[in-house]
Amino acid sequence: MITVALREDELKVIREETEAILKNHETERQELIPVIQEVQERLGYLPKEAMQQIAEAMGIPEVDVYGVATFYNQFRLNPPGKHQIKVCMGTACHMMGGHIILDSFERRLEIKEGETTPDREFSLERVACVGCCALAPVVVVDEKVEAKVSPIRVDGILLAFEMQKAEQEKGKKKNPEEGGQEN
Amino acid sequence: MAETVGQRYEALKRAALQKISILKSKPLVLVGTATCGRAAGALGILSVFKEEVDKNQLDVEIREVGCMGHCYAEPLVVIAKPGFPTLCYGPVDEGTAKRIVSDYLLGDDPCYDFALFALDPNDEFPTYEDFPRGVIEKKIILADCGLIDPEDIDHYIARDGYAALTGVLEKKPSYVIEEIKESKLRGRGGAGFPTGLKWERCYLEKDFPKYVICNADEGDPGAFMDRAILESNPHQLIEGLIIAGYAVQAAKGYIYVRAEYPLAVSRLRVALAQARERGLLGNNILGSDFSFEIDIFQGSGAFVCGEETALIASIEGCAGVPRYRPPYPATCGLFGKPTVINNVKTLSYIPHIMRQGAAWFKSIGTENSPGTAVFALAGKVVGTGLVEVPMGTTIRELIYDVGNGIKDEKQFKAVQIGGPSGGCLPGSALDLPIDFDSLQEAGAMMGSGGLVVLDEDDCMVEIARFFLDFTQKESCGKCTFCRLGTKQMLAILTEITEGKGKPEDIELLQELAEDVKMGSLCSLGKTAPNPILTTLRYFRDEYEAHIQEGRCPALMCKELITYVIIPEKCSKLCDVCIGSCPTEAIYTRPDMLKAIHLDKCVKCNSCMVACPPQYKAVVKISPPLAVEKEEGGAESEG
Repeated sequence: MITVALREDELKVIREETEAILKNHETERQELIPVIQEVQERLGYLPKEAMQQIAEAMGIPEVDVYGVATFYNQFRLNPPGKHQIKVCMGTACHMMGGHIILDSFERRLEIKEGETTPDREFSLERVACVGCCALAPVVVVDEKVEAKVSPIRVDGILLAFEMQKAEQEKGKKKNPEEGGQEN
Repeated sequence: MAETVGQRYEALKRAALQKISILKSKPLVLVGTATCGRAAGALGILSVFKEEVDKNQLDVEIREVGCMGHCYAEPLVVIAKPGFPTLCYGPVDEGTAKRIVSDYLLGDDPCYDFALFALDPNDEFPTYEDFPRGVIEKKIILADCGLIDPEDIDHYIARDGYAALTGVLEKKPSYVIEEIKESKLRGRGGAGFPTGLKWERCYLEKDFPKYVICNADEGDPGAFMDRAILESNPHQLIEGLIIAGYAVQAAKGYIYVRAEYPLAVSRLRVALAQARERGLLGNNILGSDFSFEIDIFQGSGAFVCGEETALIASIEGCAGVPRYRPPYPATCGLFGKPTVINNVKTLSYIPHIMRQGAAWFKSIGTENSPGTAVFALAGKVVGTGLVEVPMGTTIRELIYDVGNGIKDEKQFKAVQIGGPSGGCLPGSALDLPIDFDSLQEAGAMMGSGGLVVLDEDDCMVEIARFFLDFTQKESCGKCTFCRLGTKQMLAILTEITEGKGKPEDIELLQELAEDVKMGSLCSLGKTAPNPILTTLRYFRDEYEAHIQEGRCPALMCKELITYVIIPEKCSKLCDVCIGSCPTEAIYTRPDMLKAIHLDKCVKCNSCMVACPPQYKAVVKISPPLAVEKEEGGAESEG
């Protein structure tokens, strides 16, 4: 797992966003899950700093926030990739070859499920069931549900992103002033 | 003079009917855009219809609806044109959509070639009831799904929606409870506890405030009926929840929905806002002195939260760990107050029972399990989708008549019923009538209604391993037996599927399964061994083949198979297997036949799918061939 050190400006965003979310909620314990859900929605994951801040605001031990965040499958403690790939591992998908699809993604992206590619472009997850069993095997790419996926379709999905990226980079080369790319 | 509850409702209904009659005076296009429809491309079809209708300047109403249950034919489109039978089309692609607009909406040709069935009796085209599926199915809670706009409350009201609530508000809570008790409705969450008794227990408590919770945390892999109901007809559930609230005199309700169902959440929010706006929710509902509020709580993905006490812990902001019962939630639940928790389906039946009476409900289904059962048909069955059949329907009818049989003319092997809590039933159980009690006797469970059909290509040991993997990951860890027992059982099953099983493993699995059943607090642990116990009971020979012969009879377990190309069957002229292989494991031999480098093969099945049906040259072999160096292959071992 790659851990990324946060920059000062990233920390600032985390502090401000968390503060804003906390302001919209009561500080009762039953608000804890909605709060961390919102933080993850805004930031894409649950940074340690945000969890500390929430614990302080709600007057509960930090470990309680961490405990809840790690208990549920939804929460992520590391930043996700730009594109999130969720492979459904429900019964129907498993029977129709979901594990082959997960294998294919792992092989193509050269990461294991639960990990993010070093360039932070893709993250790969398995999900319990997205409820599209009739169209198995299913993969959720960003927000889009892809039905009846085959190993060849996996290549197609990734190729589409590569082409999109190549297109953007071509655009960037033409206007070098726009959007300084940090490495 | 103050209006009565009934008068207020009549006014709402009049307005709704008027709106619908205007809608019905012109052609109406309904596009199924529930999650399953979307996965099949329904949103694209929706925009094609919109563009084409705009382009031709047609006076046509286009609406998004939920799921009709015919998922095998998604995306589905229903077209109601005055003067014609209402027709359902599917699967609709872009070309079909354009044809329908140009020929049917612009012209007068209903494009029967693309139609699946008609929705109302007519002389032109067979209706749904003309198919075996239509004869056996009896839709109550799915009846309006896919036919009404879930984001327009008037569609629901025009179909007598909220009439049950109106009737209830004019009666005493005890009347409602008696009626539900009389109907013998049993909880559809899986265990089948009588709903009326649960309500009564909560009603008799004198501790206020009370709560009612709708459990929409559908965590079962292989089940999607709650999602479909939430996305297709949210008001039916909301009405049921308000009635439940009135019956036990609660002031607040929660709908606990999985966060994985974003569309369901957004459609629910719209529905709640509309109900509030019409005075059907909030303070003094329909002018009565009953006030009720509903909040949505998004679950965060924990299977154990389907358990009542864990779900409560989750709403209270803690990890979803179940606690010992009693006290039951009906006496001491959310924030220590009396709480009723019912499944989405259970609550969806309530308006129907209150409107049509307990006797009507009891006339459907079996004596001890009245009503219907909703199943999510998935797996190797032709007609995948959502079905609603009377309790007591046999598994054979469900798979062969409703589901249209097994895909690709394969042999039926087993049916996995009830998700991780259920079990696998073999061919001999096909004539078992499905209800809560008969399934329990066979070792399975109704569960929430997931039904996955397995064929000859599915390995039963692997299925058991799959469910154990799930329950082991989802165990909350409170009970030692569940936490460590499932882990141990999973380890044994994994070894068996890898060909490393030992003869004494079967005995050990059996013992462990009994212990985990006994030693666990909640249903997750109590039912986790079910897949193992049923597969051991009905498919022991498969376990033995794995352990004794290192062979997977279904040719599914990766470690126990190899892919080979049969030279006699291979056509020298075709290259599709080479193109399909993601790891370049297939090569052309000097004699132009194709072969597989076993050490490079990742067993992804692509070549087998790709090989043209007239050759069928790729086969799987078990026990596996040893990896050997290919002749002429220049690879050197490092």
